[in-house]
Amino acid sequence: MDMKVAKKLGLKERYTMMTRDLAWDTTYQPMDKVFPQVTYEGIKIHDWDKWEDPFRLTMDAYWKYQAEKERKLYAILDAFNQNNGHLSVTDARYINVLKLFLGSTPPLELMAGRGFSMVGRQMVGAGPRVACMMQAVDEYRHCQTQIHSISNYNKFYSGLSEFAHQQSRMWYLADGKSFFDDAITAGPFEFMVAIGFAFEYVLTNILFVPFISGAAYNGDMAAMTVGFSAQSDEARHMTLGLECIKFMLEQDPDNLPIVQRWIDKWTWRGTRKLASVGMMMDYMLPKRIMSFKEAWEIYFEENGGALFKDLARYGVTVPKCFPQTIEEKEHITHQSWIGFYMKPDAMSFHTWSPSPEELDWLSEKYPNTFDKYYRPVYEHWAKMEKAGKRFNNKTQPMNCQVCVTTVKYNEPGDPMTTCFRESIYKGEKYHFCSDHCKEIFEHEPEKYIQTFITSHQVLQGKCEPEGVDTDAPDFKPGSHMMEYWRLDPDVQGDFNGSLDQKNFAAWRELATKN
Amino acid sequence: MSITALGPYEFKSRDAVENYKGKQLMYVNWEKHRMFSRPFVIAVEPSLKFSELIEKFVTPAYEFHPDFAQIDWSKVVWQNSNTPFTPQLDKSLAENGVGHKDLIRFTTPGLDGLNGIGY
Ligand SMILES: [Fe+2]
Ligand SMILES: [Fe+2]
Ligand SMILES: [Zn+2]
Repeated sequence: MDMKVAKKLGLKERYTMMTRDLAWDTTYQPMDKVFPQVTYEGIKIHDWDKWEDPFRLTMDAYWKYQAEKERKLYAILDAFNQNNGHLSVTDARYINVLKLFLGSTPPLELMAGRGFSMVGRQMVGAGPRVACMMQAVDEYRHCQTQIHSISNYNKFYSGLSEFAHQQSRMWYLADGKSFFDDAITAGPFEFMVAIGFAFEYVLTNILFVPFISGAAYNGDMAAMTVGFSAQSDEARHMTLGLECIKFMLEQDPDNLPIVQRWIDKWTWRGTRKLASVGMMMDYMLPKRIMSFKEAWEIYFEENGGALFKDLARYGVTVPKCFPQTIEEKEHITHQSWIGFYMKPDAMSFHTWSPSPEELDWLSEKYPNTFDKYYRPVYEHWAKMEKAGKRFNNKTQPMNCQVCVTTVKYNEPGDPMTTCFRESIYKGEKYHFCSDHCKEIFEHEPEKYIQTFITSHQVLQGKCEPEGVDTDAPDFKPGSHMMEYWRLDPDVQGDFNGSLDQKNFAAWRELATKN
Repeated sequence: MSITALGPYEFKSRDAVENYKGKQLMYVNWEKHRMFSRPFVIAVEPSLKFSELIEKFVTPAYEFHPDFAQIDWSKVVWQNSNTPFTPQLDKSLAENGVGHKDLIRFTTPGLDGLNGIGY
């Protein structure tokens, strides 16, 4: 008998069979009952098959690529760890970048993974569902590899071990948490604009390039390799985000105003969240790559500007916040470092006064603003430090009801005055950092009146370690913050004089001399 | 506008005044002294005297600044958000019209921060 050998499938057929053909329309239950989320936001989709998959990646191919990347990554991580790679970074100060990164980023990768898992379930078309599934797995992977790459530092330095506990509790990690909580509690299309488009497409470079090159410049092979390993995933994510935008706009003209509002909202929310990334570039890296201002000009103004020019044919306009971000690029990193420097007892990383050379670098990079507004502050603080009076602001912050950052930005056009905005809803007052956050609130007040503002929760007695009797007559809210945060005593205080600083110097001495 | 949702959507404000056991939230900001980065928030009884607010909260919060010792309190300009008002120092916050989540801003004429640059 002749064997009938099945013909090997071509790439295109294979793709069709392994993705689109796996989906079916439900019959026991009507489709709109199984997929209620895709309609309630008001987005109209007429033909899900119009969704293009730019990568045509099947699941089996995906596993193969990713496994290869993992093998390479972990080989490098192992080598770095075995050779005491942590001692080859430029300076112990650098490790504070990792502390801030570990608290803020892997938990958000995890949230992105959760979000794409949800959206993958909620979308109707097989194309977006498969793409969302892959992105979900990517994001879980990013969370995991970032934690693994930094875990070696945890054996040697303070402030790293409780990042997972601290993520939903520390005041300065609240902005990132709020960003993702807001996105994940929106509908699937808004989530796609928030994370897939605004975050991955418009803003990811400004997070990625500085972090990876910052790591490379400062001798951190581990973090650099993790970054490179994620970069090809990010290229896929950016394409998915852009594809989703185009798909919505091509499906129905009624989608445009909804999409535009989401672009405006999420570009702004992303911008606010990135202020701390900028601070890392300008103040925390011992060896700097470029200023935040320069990065903003290249990655946001030029690249982002070109993108929006391209989208103009769909009727999309540049995000409303564009001009304000351009004005703010001269200020926000300085305003952020001021805000962090003054809280040495309330963070899981160290801060310090910039050295005289660093002040000069900042003057050169920020000729319009640094010498006028910010240098006097740092020079004054350095003087106070010498006199044994390092600044320590013991008060609790006021936060924006929408972006949850502390209300510290200046009034547009007036760097000397703090910007305040407010709104009354059902008889209660709400405060914002900007016109854009106020507008976001006023569009959906029902959502944002629930915002978790750490300092307010502390004052309600809701931020206490277990066992504290909040009804006791002598109960004082906020008197156990260190236990509540599980803050390592070694990470409190200025970098100068810290245990990290001493240990790093001693270990390096051992490693380089007899 | 109101929210679009799949079902009934009604939640309480997380910071409603009843969550503060008889106290109320208030924010204080010293204008043109941005070295303190942002206003501070406290939860206080509405019966707190305005003079006590200055003694117990404003002073420890801001005395680090070299301008603080030079403040002439009789010349200070007070605002509740954007509305100017003249507080009666021996009267309570409530009597001075300061309610839950009000933002009290004060300006010290002639004192505009280090080098007069707002910090
Ligand atoms: Fe990621
Ligand atoms: Fe991503
Ligand atoms: Zn805001």
